[in-house]
Amino acid sequence: MEIIIGKYNYWIYIALMMIGFYAMIAKRNLVKKIVGMNIFQTAIILYFISTAYKKNATIPILIKSQEVIDVTQYVNPLPHVLMLTAIVVMVSTFGVALAVIVMLYKKYKTLEEDEIIEILREKK
Amino acid sequence: MNLSEHSSILIVVVPLIASFLNVFIGLWRRSLCYPLFLLALVICGFLSIDLIQNIINNGTIRYKLGGWMPPWGIEYVVDHLNAYVILIVSFISLLVAIYSKRSLEKELEESKLPYFYSTYLLLVTGLLGITVTGDIFNLFVFLEIASLAGYALIAIGENRSVLASFNYIIMGTIGACFYLLGVGYIYIITGSLNMLDIAQLLPKLYESKVTLAAFAFLVVGVAIKIALFPLHRWLPDAYTYAPSAVSVLASATMTKVGIYVLIRISFTIFEPNFSKDIIPAGTILVWWSTIAIIFGSILALGQIDFKRTLSYILIAEVGYMVLGVNLGNKEGFIGAVLHILNDALMIACLFMVTGGIYYYLKSRNIEDFVGLNKKMPLSMASFSIVALSMIGIPPTAGFFSKWYLIIGAIKAEQWIAVIALLFSSLVNAIIFFRILEKIYFKKGNSTKDINVKEVPVSMLIPILILATSVILVGLFSGKIISSIIQFTVPGGF
Repeated sequence: MEIIIGKYNYWIYIALMMIGFYAMIAKRNLVKKIVGMNIFQTAIILYFISTAYKKNATIPILIKSQEVIDVTQYVNPLPHVLMLTAIVVMVSTFGVALAVIVMLYKKYKTLEEDEIIEILREKK
Repeated sequence: MNLSEHSSILIVVVPLIASFLNVFIGLWRRSLCYPLFLLALVICGFLSIDLIQNIINNGTIRYKLGGWMPPWGIEYVVDHLNAYVILIVSFISLLVAIYSKRSLEKELEESKLPYFYSTYLLLVTGLLGITVTGDIFNLFVFLEIASLAGYALIAIGENRSVLASFNYIIMGTIGACFYLLGVGYIYIITGSLNMLDIAQLLPKLYESKVTLAAFAFLVVGVAIKIALFPLHRWLPDAYTYAPSAVSVLASATMTKVGIYVLIRISFTIFEPNFSKDIIPAGTILVWWSTIAIIFGSILALGQIDFKRTLSYILIAEVGYMVLGVNLGNKEGFIGAVLHILNDALMIACLFMVTGGIYYYLKSRNIEDFVGLNKKMPLSMASFSIVALSMIGIPPTAGFFSKWYLIIGAIKAEQWIAVIALLFSSLVNAIIFFRILEKIYFKKGNSTKDINVKEVPVSMLIPILILATSVILVGLFSGKIISSIIQFTVPGGF
């Protein structure tokens, strides 16, 4: 029981990741696929951020009057910084994927993968 | 200020800046784009030669970005292996740039060329960035820069390329996210992102399950990016329908850089004995890549579209390199690293010749290749040389790397792998002799070849350079091994 409640953030990250993964593989609609991709990536952000968390800790800003620095009082800023970069990467991936979807829609007038494959098969 | 001191950062910055400049200059004067594009790649070429000379003379370069000390700051580390891969990437991308000028005229609207050039430069930036960096998170960012540029470049190809690109986006993102998760696991267990620092911290933690999970995620993530057999589904479509120039660049460089990342993960971040003794990852990967070689070869045999044949051959070749790296002895490793160079040259040349045939013939169907030797003698001569190298006939380059790989496999007593290597050579022989027979000996002309002639000079020169270098690399392979490759072999082999 402790392993489920005590580390619930990790369980949520795993659940979210699997939901996204499922949508990427099993959904036949292209937009649903990239929404799944986004959920998948967001789960990883959640994972990184929750590794930085400490109980009763505060933001890592040093106040001048404080002389002795106790590391346990501050959350780890590095995963946050990494995730800022990763968010940029994910937004660009999402952008490229949406651009490709627009191209596909202009060409085939549909966003269902099955219908596109059907059209391609008829062309042959 | 000594410029060559900074060449490891300049090699990333030059194409990146040129890529941004290209978009704006394209709005103002479109004719200036191509010279700028070429200039950036020529500079990269010189920088890579400078780097490799520097490393042969002085050993590893460690460049601290912004003067921050590692492990806190990002560090660029260039040793023999990086410099070697950087040289391949910049050399091939320069040749493809020369080649792309005429081949794109037929495949892309002229107004879109500046954007093509800047995306191309972004891809080169990403690939070079992956190779120079010594920081695993930085590597992820460059991996995504290269992949995103790759998705965009593939999507501009012919009709079906857009769907192929979409599938590649889905697969590539899964791969990148797995890699990122692996980085996350390594970070929570060691608290470091610097490769050399991690290498010192990790051995104490090898028993931990987190380390195992990290290793698994990193390897599977990269395996998707290099299209190792069961994860290869995106590659044939993407490389078949992409524009010729993009197929050449992507096939010759992206998978090779992926193999480089795999070597870094298995032997720099983790110690060689981790994947050999502690978990049987080396053995699993040997089996995995043996299956990749066999299936890649069999699938290549059944294709009609020549570009698709080459894509499946590429999947088999990826198997070769992963196999050699994981055999766990010196010969296998040397064979794999030598094969990175050979395969880049051979695959690039074959895709270029295919693009050249497509230029006039408008077909890549093997059946339409009949009697091409009279129409395009020089391209076909280059094609024959490279075909012999693919089969592995001395003195071409392909023979030497295969020789080392087979010796390595025999030494590791992986008999199935030896059989797979020989089988793949045999299949290559069938594929290429069948095509050579059509090109040289089959009587009668195909209906489509009325206007076929030798490709334009700017497309022919890169093809000839690659074909001659296949022979030269074969003749001087001993020198390449003794001056560069033997230093890349990780300790403990």
